[in-house]
Amino acid sequence: MTHDHADPHAPVEVDLSDGPDYFDVMVHALQEILVDKGLIGAGEVRARLEVLDAVEPGRGAALIARAWTDPAFKQRLLADGTAAVEEFGIDNYDGTRLIVIEQTPDVHNLVVCTLCSCYPRPVLGLPPDWYKSRPYRARAVRDPRGLLREFGTEVPPEVTIRVHDSNANMRYLIMPMRPAGSESMTEAELAALITRDSMIGVTTAKLR
Amino acid sequence: MISRYAIGDRVRISARYAPGHVRTPFYVRGATGHIERVLDKFLDPEREAYGVNAGTETQLYRVRLNQSTLWPDYSGEPADVLELEIFEHWLEPA
Repeated sequence: MTHDHADPHAPVEVDLSDGPDYFDVMVHALQEILVDKGLIGAGEVRARLEVLDAVEPGRGAALIARAWTDPAFKQRLLADGTAAVEEFGIDNYDGTRLIVIEQTPDVHNLVVCTLCSCYPRPVLGLPPDWYKSRPYRARAVRDPRGLLREFGTEVPPEVTIRVHDSNANMRYLIMPMRPAGSESMTEAELAALITRDSMIGVTTAKLR
Repeated sequence: MISRYAIGDRVRISARYAPGHVRTPFYVRGATGHIERVLDKFLDPEREAYGVNAGTETQLYRVRLNQSTLWPDYSGEPADVLELEIFEHWLEPA
């Protein structure tokens, strides 16, 4: 892609001047073999990508807003995240298990996957690029308070930090604390306060 | 089958360095903590990576480590903790 920004209407072009990398080649080769053998169709690959891209953080926000307004649902969500998410109508398409962790006045929770990019995709969609970056993955476990400060989140010394490394089979969703002053808000209004980052634990839910 | 460890048991994460598809991060190997909760059994990723699934279901745990013992120069608060998932064959009684 050209780095000349003179024409904002110039067509976007993919720069293949360096050629595909090792993994590009491997993925394409594997896909071609599977399609040639009739095991999958090219349309199925496309449809799967569409499923991955269709999930947005708003789905998780609606889930948490329900938990904020329905104490019995909140209890079920904290007791068995996977079952409660399915009850809420979310398609747990990747078959992973979900643990929902509640932020409290005494404990601030933060999620990271130090080994790769494990993330509650059926609930939040694809992870942001920074979540997959090596600096985030290293610093979330090594210096969580300094990292949170850079996200604008100052955790007081009397509040314990609890970091969750999503390194194997479970996935983690953080339930932020419902902000004071939101008592009269509807479930839909509450959902608008619950951001993606607050469900990863790098920030809190705030009144707008 | 009963799991080998129960909630609250003190455990040490093995300091082994075998190659392969290992889900035990380097930064916790040799660290001591306790079982935060007992999870289900899952296919052993070290064997699954090589196509071996049958009979490899292995007990998974969440282990809680104290940050100030994990990182000698930890700059946060003494009560800060880190939790992660460790398969049973990576744990030793401590």
